[in-house]
Amino acid sequence: MSTATTTTQVDAEDLRRRVRDLLAEHDPKTTDRLEFLRARFDAGLAWVHYPVGLGGLDAPRALQAVVDAELEAAGAPDNDPRRIGIGLGMAAPTILRFGTPEQHQRFLRPLWTGEEVWCQLFSEPGAGSDLAAAATRAVRDGDEWVVTGQKVWTSTAHTARWGILLARTDPDVPKHRGLSYFVCDMTAPGVEVRPLRQITGEAEFNEVFLSEVRLPDTLRLGEVGEGWKVAQTTLMNERVAIGGNAIPREGGMVGVVAQTWRERPELRTPELHQRLLRLWVEAEVMRLAGERLRQQLAAGHPGPEGSAMKLAFARLNQAISGLEVELLGEEGLRYDDWTMRRPEIVDFLGRNAGYRYLRAKGNSIEGGTSEILRNIIAERVLGLPAEPRVDKDVPWKDLPR
Amino acid sequence: MTDLLYSEVEEDLRASVRGLLADRSDPATVLARVETDQPYDLDLWRTLATDLGVAGLHVPEELGGQGASTRETAVVLEELGRAVAPVPFLGSAVLATSALLGCDTAAAEVAALASGERRGALAVPLSAAPSAPFPDTVRVDAEGRLSGRVGTVADAAVAELLVVPAAGPDGPELRAVDMPSDGVTVSGIVGLDLTRGIADVTFDGAASRRLAGPDVAGTALTNALITAAGLLASEQLGVAQWCLDTTVAYVKERHQFGRPVGSFQALKHRLADLWLDLVGARAAARYAADALATSSVDVPVAVAVAASHCSSVAVKAAEECIQLHGGIGMTWEHPAHLFLKRAKSTESALGTPGRHRAALATLVDLPAPVA
Repeated sequence: MSTATTTTQVDAEDLRRRVRDLLAEHDPKTTDRLEFLRARFDAGLAWVHYPVGLGGLDAPRALQAVVDAELEAAGAPDNDPRRIGIGLGMAAPTILRFGTPEQHQRFLRPLWTGEEVWCQLFSEPGAGSDLAAAATRAVRDGDEWVVTGQKVWTSTAHTARWGILLARTDPDVPKHRGLSYFVCDMTAPGVEVRPLRQITGEAEFNEVFLSEVRLPDTLRLGEVGEGWKVAQTTLMNERVAIGGNAIPREGGMVGVVAQTWRERPELRTPELHQRLLRLWVEAEVMRLAGERLRQQLAAGHPGPEGSAMKLAFARLNQAISGLEVELLGEEGLRYDDWTMRRPEIVDFLGRNAGYRYLRAKGNSIEGGTSEILRNIIAERVLGLPAEPRVDKDVPWKDLPR
Repeated sequence: MTDLLYSEVEEDLRASVRGLLADRSDPATVLARVETDQPYDLDLWRTLATDLGVAGLHVPEELGGQGASTRETAVVLEELGRAVAPVPFLGSAVLATSALLGCDTAAAEVAALASGERRGALAVPLSAAPSAPFPDTVRVDAEGRLSGRVGTVADAAVAELLVVPAAGPDGPELRAVDMPSDGVTVSGIVGLDLTRGIADVTFDGAASRRLAGPDVAGTALTNALITAAGLLASEQLGVAQWCLDTTVAYVKERHQFGRPVGSFQALKHRLADLWLDLVGARAAARYAADALATSSVDVPVAVAVAASHCSSVAVKAAEECIQLHGGIGMTWEHPAHLFLKRAKSTESALGTPGRHRAALATLVDLPAPVA
């Protein structure tokens, strides 16, 4: 991040002083939550590595922990990051990198405070792993774009004010070159959000139907035809966000099963015992691998292990949650409730064994399928050649679908 | 949290060992040697032990060692595994040295092994698991004479000092026998592993001296086996790394159907999965080496996790290496079989994966069902 707008490098002591000033002027006990969050943003203490004036101080990203700890100790409210993860993790870095100064000013503050929720309009029924094949059309009409198409797997679309949208602006060039990136006004006429019910019975996600939605050109992020490049920034940040935090031993799905094993001796069988021990070892090994990755990042040597962690996490979650249903025997035949609902927050370890088993199936599909991740490892880490492609130099409109 | 990375010093050490092995012990050289009457490369061993000083890395300086730790020993083992180098490192620098470090009266022996002046071996079957009871196949009488037999002892054929667990009149002891010695027969075995010698050792009234009595012998032996099992994981990581690297290089070169076979997803996905297994194996092996270096309370769990995981990963890597090389992988001429034989043999060394998982059941409170 550039430090051109600051004259001195911000350090931890400086941040503590700024937090004290913020707390002195806006006592969390007597200040309205939103008012406090806005004041925190304006003080540059929202995300300290962002530029001055946009919620940050051009400070090293690692110093954010200092601010968070001080504010938590003071009992200050946070911005409920789990509720606005797509905005914080994907939209914000993309807006920061490709947005105009006007877009920075308009979007980042309410995004961070949670006043405006964001969603991601990327995947389509016909463009999943092959995201660059997206068929949603955006046609220029004066200072506006007219958008028509269907997006899918859109979490928080029903609460979102804005969406980050990938749409085809030129069908006559090869697929990667004919995309543009927009901010979609989710309140605009022609935007219809329908819940997408999953195998768990819940609808965490939505389908979004866009019918001649008119978006002003001022909502475009990046140049026309550069949508794929802009989307790479979004997707890179998604992969950083997945599988990032330190966990204690037995911190994940394996802990749930281990506890059942300890508390319910009547359920134990020799065959399940062997499988449980294997999975326990695998879970511990991947926990250590995650820890090693974090140490590499901290030492300034980002390793390629990041893409591996999600692959391992999916495989383990599925195997362990499957074993849990078997272990529970008769109880594993029950399910708590198939009623369609829209959960606010998704907990892979929540509800019951059947839910955990079913929800884990999504782990190898969402955010890049395990097959695509294996391709990434094979090509970018091991340097193996790509499969011959038949779609790279063909105009998008001529591709078989 | 434990440091799971490699320090600069460790990377320098790796570079020296790797350079030496590339120069003196490439796979073709090793393959040519295994069927001669000199399967061990004792010149290479002397260079490693005396010039590079790697035999006493985890021995304190006051006992004649380098005063480093098992972290550095583990790095050496990774490189020796990557080259399936035919040197008695596991038997002498790991098993015998670790056992001697647990004895009260073994300072001279430790120093001799640490400096590379002598080579040692620990007279237990290579398959001995840390959880196994103290062996009773060798007995020591009141005059210190040994009798009995131990099979499949690693690196015994070139040992100048045998450290022998023996049942004494008052309980378990560790005894020292200088080799060669009257009353001791060491018979080399044709082993599955072509690059690490094993031998049957028979004692028939051989003279010995006491290294540890009943109060410490059991602990010394168990700790030596735990240390060795934890460090063997690093050797297995090295074996797996050679297999992965060699296979990846091969599938980029080998063309069938007009393309490099490495461009087929069926093969790419298998290699991606194998790479992921190695990411885990490296973390587990580093964690075990570090736990041993710091005498962490978590040593038993760390070792059981690393030993069970890395054993299986090495075997899988070697098996994939053979398969993905196709016909050439099945030939004697290609060195892949040396790695398969090492991997499969070490899977049974110092406790099978299943035995280590059984130990974990107790350590982490996941008890077996009551029959």
